[in-house]
Amino acid sequence: MHTFEFIRPADPAAAIATAAQAKTAQQGADVRFVAGGTTLIDLMKLNVETPARLIDINRLPLDKVEATPSGGLKIGATVRNSDLAHHPTVQRDYAVLSQALLAGASVQLRNMATTAGNLLQRTRCMYFRDTAMPCNKREPGTGCPAITGSNRTLAVLGTSEHCIATNPSDMCVAMAALEATIHVQGAKGSRAISFGDFYLLPGSTPNRETVLEPGDLVTHVTLPPPRSGSKQVYLKLRDRASYEFALASAAVVITIAGGNVTHARIALGGVGTKPWRSPEAEAALLGKPANAANFRKAAEAAMRDAKPQSENKFKIELAKRCLGHALKMATTS
Amino acid sequence: MRDDPHSGPSNPTRRTFLLTTGSSAAGTIIAACVPAQANTTAGQSDSAAASADGPNIEGAVPITLRVNGKDHQLRIDPRTTLLDCLRETVALTGTKKGCDHGQCGACTVHVNGRRVNSCLSLALMHDGEEITTIEGLGAPDALHPMQAAFVAFDGYQCGYCTSGQIMSAVALLKEPCGPDDAAVKELMSGNICRCGAYPNIVAAIQQVRKNT
Repeated sequence: MHTFEFIRPADPAAAIATAAQAKTAQQGADVRFVAGGTTLIDLMKLNVETPARLIDINRLPLDKVEATPSGGLKIGATVRNSDLAHHPTVQRDYAVLSQALLAGASVQLRNMATTAGNLLQRTRCMYFRDTAMPCNKREPGTGCPAITGSNRTLAVLGTSEHCIATNPSDMCVAMAALEATIHVQGAKGSRAISFGDFYLLPGSTPNRETVLEPGDLVTHVTLPPPRSGSKQVYLKLRDRASYEFALASAAVVITIAGGNVTHARIALGGVGTKPWRSPEAEAALLGKPANAANFRKAAEAAMRDAKPQSENKFKIELAKRCLGHALKMATTS
Repeated sequence: MRDDPHSGPSNPTRRTFLLTTGSSAAGTIIAACVPAQANTTAGQSDSAAASADGPNIEGAVPITLRVNGKDHQLRIDPRTTLLDCLRETVALTGTKKGCDHGQCGACTVHVNGRRVNSCLSLALMHDGEEITTIEGLGAPDALHPMQAAFVAFDGYQCGYCTSGQIMSAVALLKEPCGPDDAAVKELMSGNICRCGAYPNIVAAIQQVRKNT
């Protein structure tokens, strides 16, 4: 691990002022915020991340879960994943989020990992994590050995010729389906970013993963008020029953009236280069009878643009069945 | 009288033997992180803190680490993980280093009563927090019920993962967990046992849950 200066700021403003001096907030940032550390410390040990300054935000007042005036939920940046998963309001009104959180990692990691840290969780692509290998995400312009190499667990949606790394988060898949908003405080003030606008596709700059700029501190996430009568399911498929990243996962928030789908929000995990909201699947379901044939059509729509690599073609069918089964679970529960 | 876990040369253990007779390589490792004098304060310069007991550590910073109810005034390299600090600086070696990347659970300790992977946390992040290691759970003549259950149910083979398993199992007692074995297995999935003692580990935990 490279040396760094450890900073414990007095307040968010001090944290932001220090972070604003960074050259980038993306891969290779010279200033990093640290909360749970479960991604960052891991990558620092691998020399994938080498910040010169580390700002400990654990003692800033960002750890509350509160109702919003509009009836939604405000989730602080440093709320631990385990606390969020077991929060009574989340369990009652945002069950898909609780399920997704509990499907991720282990209890120990969930006790450490935070809301904002999970939003910024990094890919598990083995080439990204190994500094002996080329990687366009880690070192732009060096190439992507995954495309011709080991890519069984990598993405089939949102890929480019420069990067096929999977976004590994479960929490983010649920938040995408719940239409969360990410709130950022930066050097130029505060702003709210819709979940769909927060992540960038790899394109020709896979080192840029989000719209965050130097100094930007994620302070909290808000969820809109729960939709009454909606059914929610998070289904995760993986190589072992627990403590493993998704090969495919699906978050479903769906409302049925008179046998027809009146509202649907669908997101997929384990298959995309970012948490993958599927407006195609949602459109395919809207107004249609909630039955297996229409669930399959929605799944086909969700994966229509999927591009398989040498080892991960199975993920396309797996994701379809995952979404189909999640829809069945949600509408028969 | 109970054996002192840090027993001296008159009663050498494998670890004290290595510490006192170690090769130059072992000596280097030990010197990489040394406890500061008890009266070290934040205002002291690095050179002042470098006592006759050990070398100056460039960039070392002061920290109070509270482990098993006892405060330790230390000066450590900011890179020191909680795991390395416990093992190398505080000399509590019951907590084990397995993968060092949060994948195996051997390093599990409690921070403010909750289980965490000490390998993925910097010691500096836990200044003043309440840390409990396997040494703080029980002692050879006064085992924690979970320790006793692991012995009774043979919940280990080589024993390397055992302290992490027990720290997780004790934390599990206070966590939301269904009554069946499947629920226990799910909540214990962050602790890997390469010997495969899982059935006995689950049995030990279920026995303690039944009795509490």
